[in-house]
Amino acid sequence: MSTNGMESWAVDLKDVGAIYPFQGSEVVMVIIGLVFWIGWHVLQTRQENAEIEADMAADRTGDETRKAIDRH
Amino acid sequence: MEGNLNALTTIFTEFYYWVTIVMMFLIHVGFCMYEVGVSRRRNHLKTLMKNAMAIPLVTITFYFFGWWIYFGFPNGPGIAGGLVTAPFAEPWNPLMGTHLSGVNPGETGVTPTDAALWHRLNGVFWGAFLLFSITTASIISGSIIERARSGAFWIVAVLVGSVLWILDASWGWHPQGWMVKLWGYHDAYASGVVHAIAGGAALAFLIVLGPRIGKFRPDGTAREIPPHNVWLVTIGLFLIFTGFWGFYAACNIPLISPATIAGQITGETWTATNIYLAPTTLSAITFNFLMSLSGGMLAGYIVSKGDPFWTFSMGLCGIISASAGNDLYHPIQALLIGAIVPTICYKLHYFVERRFKIDDAVGAVAVHGYGGFLGVVVAGFMLWGQPSSPYEGFAHISPLGNFAGAVLMFALGFVPTFVVCKILNSMNLLRVPAKVELEGFDFALNHAFETSVREVGTAEKAMIK
Repeated sequence: MSTNGMESWAVDLKDVGAIYPFQGSEVVMVIIGLVFWIGWHVLQTRQENAEIEADMAADRTGDETRKAIDRH
Repeated sequence: MEGNLNALTTIFTEFYYWVTIVMMFLIHVGFCMYEVGVSRRRNHLKTLMKNAMAIPLVTITFYFFGWWIYFGFPNGPGIAGGLVTAPFAEPWNPLMGTHLSGVNPGETGVTPTDAALWHRLNGVFWGAFLLFSITTASIISGSIIERARSGAFWIVAVLVGSVLWILDASWGWHPQGWMVKLWGYHDAYASGVVHAIAGGAALAFLIVLGPRIGKFRPDGTAREIPPHNVWLVTIGLFLIFTGFWGFYAACNIPLISPATIAGQITGETWTATNIYLAPTTLSAITFNFLMSLSGGMLAGYIVSKGDPFWTFSMGLCGIISASAGNDLYHPIQALLIGAIVPTICYKLHYFVERRFKIDDAVGAVAVHGYGGFLGVVVAGFMLWGQPSSPYEGFAHISPLGNFAGAVLMFALGFVPTFVVCKILNSMNLLRVPAKVELEGFDFALNHAFETSVREVGTAEKAMIK
């Protein structure tokens, strides 16, 4: 048993195609990859919202903001 | 015609490796920027020099004995055979200098075959392996900043860079290495042979060295010691990513015929191979390098909540964790491994810091040590049952073989480094006194700088009419 179907390199390379593991599950892998990508945007948006809320709640007097502007 | 084709292949291979050496030098530019960026202002110059001087020290020692170890020790010796003779790698051999392929009259130990193969390739192969060596040593340097003596690091750099890593490369990263033969060990882009061993050595150094003053509060919880320049840190890591292209390319043989491999491969199709002479392609590693880097950065951004230091570090960890199998993975497999393993490593970094009071200033043990270790283990499962080599009779890749290999790599870095650090510590050669640590390593240099500025300024002002 081998995860890519190759048991030995006693072959002519011109007769060999893909050699990655779990061939045949490409569509499933793409779906998992897409879920990972979309999930990343969801998580990132949640984190950014929380950050912005924290920034909005900070520096009620504006003093720190004035200092930040002076520092450029 | 055949002679010209052979010459062309040899010269192409020579040029290919030469380019990888130039690219890999960027790793060290990156390491220096990164380490200086993490250190505090009063430690800059000594931090820079500690890392930079590993380059000449590992270079000369790798010339004297490191290169010979790679060819001499694939059998252990004593595990799969005896010591292997390798005259072309002995520092006194004419093939370790300018050479034009003939055998000099009276030259002992060099065959015409040796001369024909090594006269052009010896220097560039040596150089590419040397750059791996310096990388392995440099990985340790960042974790121990701001309290370790430079001299102690340089001794450990030679030990790890010119002895330990090249010994493990001879065992597990050589076409005839005993770990490949007997265990089916597979680690194509050095998750274990470079990164796990360096992480193990860094952990041993840190345990003996202890944390920086002020790192832990009286109740034992850790304080953050922020990088003085996050820009420098991230640009340094970008340069390391760039240099890693050379690292990856140098782990391949660019062009070889089945007849030259002389294994089981049949037919006439020439191919690129990994270090074990098993077929792969530059395209495969380009897909997988970029996807594993992306997995690490995407996961790092979320897990660290956008922290630049950890987002970039986890990108590097993503590459390292997929490197063992990046010659054979599918790109989406590389992406997922590159995302999941660094997330575990990030958690482990803070767990070990909290639980064992280990002050790893740059997270090197996590990124390289745990990332490399887990990368080798994962490859054992993902590539289970595949041939580890084109040669007959070698064990197949397996979870057990790769797990045992990962343990051996980490331990080979950890144990000897721990012993050497204990000896150095007993001689008061490992750590600077607390007063020097508090003053900063650059105290005298900064004082001399300010005195010079004042003196020359005073002289110039006196000339104003």
